Order: sequence, then C-alpha cells, then structure tokens
Amino acid sequence: MTERKIKIATTSLAGCFGCHMSFLDIDEQLVQLNERIEFNRSPLTDIKHCGPSDIGLIEGGVCNADNVRVLREFRANCKILIAVGACAITGGVPAMRNYFDLRECLEEVYLHGAGVTNPQIPGDVELPLLLDKVYPIQEVVPVDYFLPGCPPPADAFLAILLPLLNGAVPPQMADCRFYYD
Amino acid sequence: MLSQHSELKTGNNADADFIADHLLHRLYRLQQQHRHIPPQLMVEVAREFGLPVSQVVAVVNFYSFLYQQPVGRYHLLFSNCTSCGYQAGEVNLLALLCRQLNIASGQTRADGVVSVDETSCIGMCDHGPSMLVNGVPIVNLDEGRIKQLCNLIAAEQSLDDWPADWFRINNHIRKPDLLLNAPLECGDSLKKALAGDALLMLESIMQSGLRGRGGAGFATGKKWLFCREAESDTRYVVCNADEGEPGTFKDRVLLQCHADALFEGMTLCAYGIGAKKGFLYLRGEYRYLLGHLQAVLRRRYDSGLLGASILGQAGFSFDIEIVIGAGAYICGEESALIESLEGKPGIPRIRPPFPVTHGYLGRPTVVNNVETFIAATHIVQYGSAGFSAVGTEKSSGSKLLSVSGDCRTPGIYEYPYGVSIQQVLDDCGATQVQAVQIGGPAGSLLAKKDFNRQISFEDVSTGGSFLIFGENRDLLSINRNFARFFAHESCGFCTPCRVGTRLLENSIGKIADGRATWRDVDEIKQLSGFVRHYSHCGLGHTAANHILDSLRHFPGDIQNLLVQQAFTPAFDLDAALETARQMTQRDDADAHLE
Ligand SMILES: Cc1cc2nc3c(=O)[nH]c(=O)nc-3n(C[C@H](O)[C@H](O)[C@H](O)COP(=O)(O)O)c2cc1C
Ligand code: SF4
Ligand code: SF4
Repeated sequence: MTERKIKIATTSLAGCFGCHMSFLDIDEQLVQLNERIEFNRSPLTDIKHCGPSDIGLIEGGVCNADNVRVLREFRANCKILIAVGACAITGGVPAMRNYFDLRECLEEVYLHGAGVTNPQIPGDVELPLLLDKVYPIQEVVPVDYFLPGCPPPADAFLAILLPLLNGAVPPQMADCRFYYD
Repeated sequence: MLSQHSELKTGNNADADFIADHLLHRLYRLQQQHRHIPPQLMVEVAREFGLPVSQVVAVVNFYSFLYQQPVGRYHLLFSNCTSCGYQAGEVNLLALLCRQLNIASGQTRADGVVSVDETSCIGMCDHGPSMLVNGVPIVNLDEGRIKQLCNLIAAEQSLDDWPADWFRINNHIRKPDLLLNAPLECGDSLKKALAGDALLMLESIMQSGLRGRGGAGFATGKKWLFCREAESDTRYVVCNADEGEPGTFKDRVLLQCHADALFEGMTLCAYGIGAKKGFLYLRGEYRYLLGHLQAVLRRRYDSGLLGASILGQAGFSFDIEIVIGAGAYICGEESALIESLEGKPGIPRIRPPFPVTHGYLGRPTVVNNVETFIAATHIVQYGSAGFSAVGTEKSSGSKLLSVSGDCRTPGIYEYPYGVSIQQVLDDCGATQVQAVQIGGPAGSLLAKKDFNRQISFEDVSTGGSFLIFGENRDLLSINRNFARFFAHESCGFCTPCRVGTRLLENSIGKIADGRATWRDVDEIKQLSGFVRHYSHCGLGHTAANHILDSLRHFPGDIQNLLVQQAFTPAFDLDAALETARQMTQRDDADAHLE
C-alpha cells in the first residue's frame, strides 16, 4: 500500500495504563498494524505534545487541570477521538474518590493520615490542581466513539480501529464483544 | 423490644387493630423512638423476624422515611410537587424555612431539635404548599405560617398544641358524578353478590367494561377471573393505596369518604376469586388516615361484613389488614408493592409471571387501585348496564380527576370518560392556561392545541393527576422538577433508569442554567429513547416522557436558552478547581481553566 500512514495519538489521563497494555495485547497484529499507522504523542513515542492526528485514543478520566489541558490538545488535533475504557467513559476506579469531598481527601492524605510527617498540602505551581471530582472525558470535550471495558479486550481495539483505518464506520456496541476482564 | 412486637401481634392495643405484623411497622416504631434505626437494632429486628440482617439493612436503606442517622425531634419534610410544593407560590418557602431555623435542607441541626428535607408530592396538591411534620401533613403554608411554625419549634411546643386548622384537610369534592353521587348502603352490594354465584358477579364486572383506574387500565373482570382460575389453594386481594403520582390525591379523598365502598369492593373481589385475606397498602404519607380506616374496618367486622362467615354465609371468610409504606413512589408499581408487602425493598419483579398467577408469597393475587374497587362495588350494586352506558366505547364509567395547579378551585372532579380537557379547565376556573400535565410526570404534557382532546383510555389516559400550568409558569422548571422526581424515585435496580434518570436531570439542569447547546438536546433525545426502551419497569419506561413532550410542544422555550456553540462542558471547569485553589492558596494562571 502506498497511501499515507494513519496517525494515531494516545494518552493516559487518570487511568492505570491497563488500557494501553490491553492495546499492546493485540500481539503480532501490531506488526501488521504498524505498516498502516504511525504514532504521534503516546507513551510509546515520548512525543510531548499531540500534533495533527487522525485518531486519538484517551484512556482514563479527568481528575486535574493538566488532564483538561491534555484532553483539549488531543481534541483540537485529532479528527476522531475515542474514549477508551471504563475510566474515560465513566470516571472508573479513580472516580471512587467522588464519594468524598476533595477537602477531606487532601486532608486525609497530606495532613491527618497515618504516617504523615511534615503535614502540609502541596501547593507548588508545578503540580496540577485537582478538580473537585473525577469526570468522564465526554463531559469536558466532545467524543466520537466509546470503547467500553476495563480494559477493553485487545480484539476490541482492532474491532474499532480496522474499520476506521478503512474509512468505514465502526460497529455498534451491541454488535461487538463486550466484557470486563 | 419484644413486648412491643407482641403488642402489635395480639391486637390488644386498639392502635394496632388491623395493622399487619410487618417489618416496616416495626421499623417505623423504632424510627419514632430513636429518630433513626441504630445498627444494633437492625440486628435485633432481623433476629425477631427470622430474616437475614442484610435484608433489614436493605429495607432501611431503601425507604425514604427510615433513616440511618438521627433526624430532629421535629422532622420537617417539604413536599416538592409542582402544585403543593414549596415553589408553588411566589416565595421559595423551603429557603425561608431553612433561614428561619438556621439549617440547610437535608440536614439535622446540631442541637438535634429539628431537621428539614424535601420529599416527593404528599398528595395535598389542592391545599397549597404543604409539608409533613413528624409524618403529619400541614397544609396551606405561606410566609406567615412558616414563621409561626418556626416559633413553635423554637419553643419546643408539642404538635398537639399547634393550631388545629393547620392540619385540617378538606375533601374538596367539586364535581361528583356516577360514583360520588350514588348512595351505597353498607353491605348492600355484598348481599346482592352473595345471593348469586361468584362467577355471575365476575361476569357482570366483565360486562361493565371496568378497567383499572391506577394507570395501566387492565380489564378488571378479566384480572379477577385469571386469578380465580390460577392453580392454587390460597389467593390474595391487595388494594393499591400507594397514590404516589405527583398531582394525584383522589385516593386520599376516597379513603376518607368512601372507605366502606372500598372495603366492600375488596370483599367482593375475595368472593369472586376465592381469597381469604386482603391487604390495603397505604402510602406512608397517608398514615394520618389510619385511625379512620381502622374504625371503618372495626364497624364492618362488627356488622358481619368481614371476618368469618360473612353475612352468615358459611365458608366465606375474609380478613383485611393494613400495611403502611415508608416513602417510596415505586411501591405503587404492583410487583414492587408486593415485594414491599413481603417485607423487602420495593424493587419491581420481572413480569411475567404477573401477580394474578404469582403475586404475594408467590400466590395468585389481585392488585387493584382504590377507585377500581369502589367502581366494582358500584357495578355490583347498580348493575353493569348503567355503568357501561356512561363513558366512551373503550372506557366505560367515570373517572375521578385530581385537579390542581393554576386554577380557581382545585379539588376532585368526577366526569364520565370522554370529557374534554377544555371542559375540565372551564369547570375549575382555569384561564390563561399554557399547558396541562395529565397522568403525572409519567403522563403527557399537552399544549393549548390539544385541549379539545378527551380523557379516556383511547385518547389521553390518566391515573387521576391533572396539573394545570398558567401562562406565567416557567415550563422548564417543571421539567427540572419532574426529572428530579424520577432520579430520586428510581429504585436503582437497573442501570438505564438509575443512571439515565440522573443524566436527564443533569441535562435539563444544564439547559435551565443556560449552558447547553444543540448537541445536548440531541443527546437528551437519544438518552430518552435509551431510558424508555431499556429500563426494567414502568418508571423508567415513562421517565423521559415529559422531556420529549416539552421538546415537541414547546421547542421555543428550550431553544431560547441554548448557547450558540458546538459544545460546552457539562460543568463549570474553573469552579471545579475552587476547593483545590483554596487549599493550596494558589491563584496563578495554571490554577484556572476557562
Ligand atoms: C412507577 C409506577 C407507579 C405506580 N403507582 C401506582 C399507584 O400509586 N397507585 C395505583 O393504583 N397504581 C399504580 N401503578 C400501577 C400499578 O402497577 C397497577 O397497574 C395498578 O395498581 C393495578 O390496579 P388497577 O388495575 O386497578 O389500576 C403504578 C405503576 C408504576 C409503573
Ligand atoms: S479502564 Fe480499567 S484498565 Fe483502563 S485505565 Fe481504567 S482501570 Fe485501567
Ligand atoms: S426502571 Fe427504574 S424504578 Fe424500574 S426497576 Fe429499573 S431502576 Fe427500578
């Protein structure tokens, strides 16, 4: 094939990288896929900012101001944005902190928690500020597709990417395999 | 603890007459005593009833009127219905109340004297803003009354000494017709029925064309016949007096003025299907009617109309017990009601099998609305021909409407089926009407062009709620209220409804706050379809109706509020950083988001 390679960017916001690991689980098909795609910003490339891309894969929810900025950069640069995994779609595991007030969380961790020495709330400008809650990404930017699962199984990545690479519309959730590992 | 329990059982205590020995009642008494249900008592109650502790905990968790944290000695629950709620007038009375008492809604004041919260419609919609104080309704609230009430609480005056007219509830029967006009002599219909064969009576109910008055409109005679024919040695009759649909209060009035006809209807049903036991499931908000209902039951037992050998007919015995709910709209759904009767959280069952074959304790059970039983009594007394002559082809007889909202004379209006909406509006003195909501939040929102439509199963059907919204009402605030109602009352069993109703509530809020875009409206439409099609029970199936109706009939109201952008976030991003900014004392550029 002589056509230009499809550019894919990926990132993990408030996630555990499990979704990325699952993506790599497509194993030898990665070699085939690699002939058709190239990675832009991604933990696989170490490119720091997302450049113009065809597809953006977002793992994880939005828990702090930096997540918001990264997510917006992806949205601005990716033609198609995909929410990957339970955390991106619902907030997932990190959103369990939503049952508590942010104030309570920070005080517990940095002031009153067991084994805390030199209690203080870190306020360095280098540190991204936490949002009051962990939010799903579609509440912050428009999202084109959702790939559910925790993590989505390796096949599911192919099920959504292959049609997109061919310029087709991916199947509805009801038509594909959907399970939580 | 045990002594109280046996007191309930023996019925020595007049207060306990005809009150079932039921987990909810036991928990209610503990709630009264301790103002919450302490965990160790849940364990004790579980042992007493021979239930797993998890079931008792689940029940306490499920019902709104049972608490795990202590409420105040004065526990105030403001109705948040669009008619009898705190925003029914000009002033937000809940906000005023909270200011006066120095308390936030949803909290118990630190001194333990008072707690304030909201509750779903308490069925006092024809009495202006109202609330429950320690479970007792107080009506016609206004600024003056609220201030006076706060003084009484400050002085810790006993409720018995509060002004009696605050508690006065009128029947407001404005327009009687077929049922409300007809005199029914206690026991007459029963005598008629017992003189003939039970099947003959069922036949006449079927011929009358009577359909259920609680909402779904299933043919009553057929329901009774199915139950009679179901294989079993035990059958039950259940009266659904859970009346939770906001804007409905006709069952309250019927229970107050026509309890005899109701109990007679239940007894007729028992005769027809061969049941020995019946329950009246009364919503917790109507607990104040208990004394009256018990007195009526007592009289009927004394006159040989209930109990063993009814009217001297050997072998025909029937007992009625009352079970009182604890604040859960979903318990009006018949299978959830049966779960609740069985001492469980009111989570709807998978249907089929339907209650007529597998109901209470798995036995064939008839569940009917209060009005349905009363209509049955009427039919047996006066014959089916007269009944089916009234109304329309597929809706025979009459319907009681609970009319409230922006009109001169809210109250109970009974009409033959087929009456036009405009006729009702004229009769209750409603002018300059923008819209009516018929059948409660789950029903239909109709605009002026539809006021010539008729109340009937063929056209606009209703369980009885008829809410009127005048021209100066903000309809979106009504949608917001309804969306909140469903999100609050969703039993949480299935995800499409539990999550979907919450998302709908958020989306309506976003529109009302002027932050939404066209994209949000499209998503609401999609989500509404999803909630409607994938939910487990009627609550979810109908929860989005009011939103879709608004979009259809009043698109302009929504359009005007939309911002002209492709997308807006679901929440205020910068505000979401505020707590962290405060805690870190930062205010640099990175500490803000646009
Ligand atoms: C969410 C929900 C709430 C309901 N609430 C009531 C109610 O408060 N009273 C009532 O009679 N029926 C209510 N129903 C209808 C009952 O499930 C049932 O159809 C009715 O009690 C049958 O009696 P009928 O045939 O006499 O109408 C409700 C249904 C649903 C889905
Ligand atoms: S969805 Fe599961 S695997 Fe993916 S980031 Fe979240 S927790 Fe990890
Ligand atoms: S639709 Fe709603 S109320 Fe009905 S079972 Fe599901 S969660 Fe419960």
